[in-house]
Amino acid sequence: MSEASIPTTIGRSSPETTAAALATAPGFRARHLPTIVLAIVLALLPLVLPNAYYYDVVIRILANAVLAIALNLLIGYCGQISLGHAGFFGLGAYGSAILTTHYDWTAPSALLVSAVVVGLLAWLVARVILRLKGHYLAMATLGLGIIVTIVLTNEASLTGGPDGMSVGDMRIFGLRLYGEKVWYPVFAGLVVVAVVLAGNLVESPAGRALRALHGSEVAARVVGIDTASFKTRVFVLSAVVAAIMGSLTAHYLGFITPQVASFHKSVELVTMAVVGGMASIWGSVFGAALLSLLPDLLAHFEGFETVIFGVILVATMIFLPRGIVPSLARLLRREGR
Amino acid sequence: MLRVENLTKAFGGVTAVSGVSFEVTKGTIHAVIGPNGAGKTTLFNLITGVYTPSSGSIVFEGSEIGGVAPERLAKRGISRTFQNLQVSMNLSAIDNVMTGAHLGLNSGLLAGMIGLPDLGGRERATRIRAAELMEFVGCGAYVAAEARSMPYGALKRLEIARALMANPRILFLDEPAAGLNHTETHEIEDLIAALGKTGITVVLVEHDMKLVMNVSDRIVVLDYGKKLAEGTPAEIRVDPDVVAAYLGAESEGV
Ligand SMILES: Nc1ncnc2c1ncn2[C@@H]1O[C@H](COP(=O)(O)OP(=O)(O)OP(=O)(O)O)[C@@H](O)[C@H]1O
Ligand SMILES: [Mg+2]
Repeated sequence: MSEASIPTTIGRSSPETTAAALATAPGFRARHLPTIVLAIVLALLPLVLPNAYYYDVVIRILANAVLAIALNLLIGYCGQISLGHAGFFGLGAYGSAILTTHYDWTAPSALLVSAVVVGLLAWLVARVILRLKGHYLAMATLGLGIIVTIVLTNEASLTGGPDGMSVGDMRIFGLRLYGEKVWYPVFAGLVVVAVVLAGNLVESPAGRALRALHGSEVAARVVGIDTASFKTRVFVLSAVVAAIMGSLTAHYLGFITPQVASFHKSVELVTMAVVGGMASIWGSVFGAALLSLLPDLLAHFEGFETVIFGVILVATMIFLPRGIVPSLARLLRREGR
Repeated sequence: MLRVENLTKAFGGVTAVSGVSFEVTKGTIHAVIGPNGAGKTTLFNLITGVYTPSSGSIVFEGSEIGGVAPERLAKRGISRTFQNLQVSMNLSAIDNVMTGAHLGLNSGLLAGMIGLPDLGGRERATRIRAAELMEFVGCGAYVAAEARSMPYGALKRLEIARALMANPRILFLDEPAAGLNHTETHEIEDLIAALGKTGITVVLVEHDMKLVMNVSDRIVVLDYGKKLAEGTPAEIRVDPDVVAAYLGAESEGV
């Protein structure tokens, strides 16, 4: 029906218009060259990593990069903040830990089931909250994160309480994953996959809809973009990614405490996305690297990390509101002209 | 095609639209005019689902649409532009127009991640169509521009291109010529006339009387939320109530 109503007399095609239109499409180089460079760097990195400690540092950066990319889809593209993402991460981690340790599940099925449960939980929260305007999601997820930490701490018979619990190695496709050098390619591969998938998403009709609804919600709705549905789906997506990363990190670390779900961890993730650059995939990678290294650099300020993260977050929002990577990119473009 | 009956919208103490009834015939250009604050934009917001009516009914192609969400009305072929620009400034110009094709494309998140919507050149075709429409509405010079770097007049046209991208059955234009100079207003007039010829039903709010009189098949006049008069341009021009309302508004210096 709508096909028939296309008034063919509106606008006409000409080779010039077609050429001008196609010139606006992001080119192969612009889209994929940085990813290829990243993949090469990650492939070569083991050549210069001297020992397991440095592998561990890089793995933490890589895990945080995936989390920040997923969270940035929500913050940077939907304009919604989740202050409880560590809660989803923690549920994934403990879901895997409990199911594999106490119930003898295989690691992949524990990971899958934890991810699905977290997805359902996030969907329920979003259904209730996202219909409301404003920053209710931030508050609801803040509360949710706190509840998760409390439950993980109190259900000591399952979780080991505040002392934490150990998690067995992950076995998948007959492989046993243990040790930094085995896990490194897994996390490196996940980052590349996350960058590619998020890059595709942002350039797809869904990504365009997300960016559009951030710019003008009413205009987006009028062209048929179901803004509530998009926010819900992106929230669920980012929560599921957090759960999956939680499961993998639990197996990698071999030992987890309720700290993995702490408010501090949630703030850290938000800071990575915002400082690196909202609505910027590479910004998230950069933010993850910067803020994962920070605790080592700030070792003297133990106990004040949350405060320092807060200061960095606020300073970025005031001085570089677009975040570090988009601001630099803009500067470089201007220089280049 | 569209029948509005006894439509009323109250904001607290202000009744912005009060018992308004009229009909829009398919394939015509319909204008809604009236002094500032008469309730024209509110009327559009009611019909396009942005506001829910306090009472009354809006029937579009045989079914009641009062209070139906804008994203659902978009599926039925209702499209619009805004008096206060609603362009996504974080997007490029052509991306803004391409959002108009949203309903015709695969907008799944997972599909988007694996590049599915791009298969078969859908994105490419959408992009080309967007550029054609930008040319058609007269902002073809900005195909490669970022929205935030475009001048006001071009952004007004960009909104029309975005609305057309959805292949609407009925198009609501809220003051398309506001803030435009004489030449630009003339071009918008030609554009609306051209749209009318293609069979799209157009409903238009506009203060520029020359434009309204030239392009409209029928005119509804609102004043203080009420329908003051309705008729052809020739009838409205000589309607004593309309003349009085406009002279009154002018002498109040509004
Ligand atoms: N969201 C709202 N909340 C409260 N009052 C509103 C709202 N929208 C409109 N109004 C009021 O309703 C009345 C009609 O406003 P409306 O914008 O529909 O007028 P208009 O005819 O479009 O005027 P203009 O020619 O200036 O665009 C005004 O008194 C306005 O203040
Ligand atoms: Mg108005």
